Amino acid sequence: MQKQIVIEPVTRIEGHAKITIQLADDGSVADANISVTQFRGFEKFVVGRPFYEMPSLTARTCGICPVSHLIAASKACDQILSVRIPETANKLRRILNLGQWIQSHALNFFHLSSPDLLLGMDETPEKRNIFRVMEVAPEKARDGIRLRAFGQTVIETLAGKRIHPAWVVPGGVSEPLSVEGRDKLLALLPEAKEIALRTLRWFKQSMSQYQDYVRTFANFPSLFLGLVDPSGNLEHYHGRLRVMDAAGRIIADQLDPLDYQNYIGEAIEPWTFLKFPYYKPAGYPEGIYRVGPLARLNIATQTGMPLADEELAEFHDLERGAALSSFYYHYARLIEILYAIEQIERLLADPAILRKDVRATGGVNHHEGIGMSEAPRGMLLHHYKVDENGLVTWANLIIASGHNNLAMNRGVLQVARHYVNGNTLTEGMLNRVEAVVRAFDPCLACSTHALGQMQMEITLLGPDGQALDRLARL
Amino acid sequence: MSPVPITTEPVKTFKINGQDVSARETESILQAARAHNIDIPTLCHLEGLSSTGACRLCMVEIKGSNKLFPACVTRVQEGIEVMTHSERLVKYRRMLMELIFSERNHVCAVCVVNGHCELQSTAQKLGMDHVRYPYLNPQLEVDASHERYAVDHNRCILCTRCVRVCDEIETAHTWDVMGRGIGSKVITDFNQPWGESETCTRCGKCVNVCPTGALFEKGKSVAEMAKQRQFLPYLVSRREAMIE
Ligand code: SF4
Ligand code: SF4
Ligand code: FES
Repeated sequence: MQKQIVIEPVTRIEGHAKITIQLADDGSVADANISVTQFRGFEKFVVGRPFYEMPSLTARTCGICPVSHLIAASKACDQILSVRIPETANKLRRILNLGQWIQSHALNFFHLSSPDLLLGMDETPEKRNIFRVMEVAPEKARDGIRLRAFGQTVIETLAGKRIHPAWVVPGGVSEPLSVEGRDKLLALLPEAKEIALRTLRWFKQSMSQYQDYVRTFANFPSLFLGLVDPSGNLEHYHGRLRVMDAAGRIIADQLDPLDYQNYIGEAIEPWTFLKFPYYKPAGYPEGIYRVGPLARLNIATQTGMPLADEELAEFHDLERGAALSSFYYHYARLIEILYAIEQIERLLADPAILRKDVRATGGVNHHEGIGMSEAPRGMLLHHYKVDENGLVTWANLIIASGHNNLAMNRGVLQVARHYVNGNTLTEGMLNRVEAVVRAFDPCLACSTHALGQMQMEITLLGPDGQALDRLARL
Repeated sequence: MSPVPITTEPVKTFKINGQDVSARETESILQAARAHNIDIPTLCHLEGLSSTGACRLCMVEIKGSNKLFPACVTRVQEGIEVMTHSERLVKYRRMLMELIFSERNHVCAVCVVNGHCELQSTAQKLGMDHVRYPYLNPQLEVDASHERYAVDHNRCILCTRCVRVCDEIETAHTWDVMGRGIGSKVITDFNQPWGESETCTRCGKCVNVCPTGALFEKGKSVAEMAKQRQFLPYLVSRREAMIE
């Protein structure tokens, strides 16, 4: 009989992580999986609602990255309207999405992950948080706060203070950008860029310290999947899909998002509500792929932005094939922040960004819509079908944490194999499980809970199913 | 402008909340109160339409009676003493609001009229901070068959403003109420899809008088639907002027 270790929070707080580690008879780790709660039943819940509500409905239901849902949902709705979206509206939506990347990446890197990087994995949670970072490296904490604030200012300037749910609408956006708004953002850009560059320099210099993590952090071959533009460059708003294998070979390119069902399958496992998307031609579970910053930078030929391109070239030199260690998600996030800042700068420089025609209107001209975009955490897909009156009859969402499910599980298994032995659990092991999950930045409410302290509880079960040990973090 | 006709109607004097007030005998307690800047919360009542007493939010107490009286449909009387905000009334009004919210499905955060909703603002005004009754979560449909408008029964509070405006002002009588009590719903024509209604003139008056997000213009996103009601007193006064 096999033994089990279960990591699970005691309280039923939404977005907790429950981790089960399966021990073999000889005490070694046989298997591990992580199951997270997240919004479910959503696809049922929206049936019968007017499609116009979908952007805000999805944004409100998953509160972690509302902007990303607004964008993917609106893109799906655009197709139902079948109208041509004004170019300015597309550009404004792009800026909004990039603002979300910056604020989300900065949150993950500085607020959630920098304590691990700066203070060490074996430090107790009380001494491993952003407040300690403020003490030992105040300039890093400050940079993080400034950078995140920049991303938030981008979002607020466009979409309003409380992320006005109706700014991104089917057909475009509801309000044009004002001259003052543009000038405010342009004035803030240089500092943001400076911070991005300096953080990248520091991270690259300290990389040698992290070789252990690079080796053990969900470092395994997998496919990588994300959007690219027609020339194979980094893309986040429109674009088509590229799939790369672990050796760095492009195995599929310019796949049309509208055909996603032909190449993305969704497997179901009995122990979790999450679906497990996989690349169909490779089968399940061999078709396991990763999305998000690491995947995007692996697959992109270039970024199209001068500074980010230099960084990407260096990134591509990390390994012969694709960068496989999930530790590099952190590195990739920093490069993407730089890319986003350069992109925003370029988009704002175009006077057409101030044009007032930002919304096309129309009725139900098509009964199906598929919207795909790159959320900070990876490719996000909204797929709706509507009746002739525009009421939703069917919906399917594939969210970034969903894509990374299989990879996250492997990551946890890898860490468990490395750090679990015998019948007791150690704080260091818990910290590393937490850190590896965080590298993927899954959109669990808990990944941002209590200043980056993830809620979980580990129970170590013996062969007879009896608890051998228990470690909780709530 | 036509001169205001001098009325010969008898006048009644009485008290509201201890204050001496007077009103024409055909006026309601609500009208008298409003004329004296005394606030009584209402939902189904709308100036320019007949009153029905559907929502009961305007209930007041009259000294000497244990009953509660809906101010919008109760005529003034000589010498009565009206109380509009007794402890009992404040409590009942809040209960009423909670019952309305528990009866159907209100999700303000994604509603077209969020921020411009009379139900929402009334709930805020009456200090409703939570709902003590179990939500009934009924399964109700959205009828989006009309070319320009849609009705979401999840947000309907059965105030019948749509029925009245359509009947009394537009005189199309497209809307009516079907069923009884909690099972009732507003219907168009003989309970056909709105888009197939032969009487609907597509004037949009019902949409604009609806106090909630139940009736809305298609294509409006969350919080984008602010209702225009200025037309109503204008239409009513024009009509009265024409009759005279
Ligand atoms: S109709 Fe009013 S109370 Fe009901 S959901 Fe909409 S905003 Fe909220
Ligand atoms: S649809 Fe609107 S106006 Fe008509 S009864 Fe319902 S809430 Fe009142
Ligand atoms: S306003 Fe009097 S009963 Fe509704």
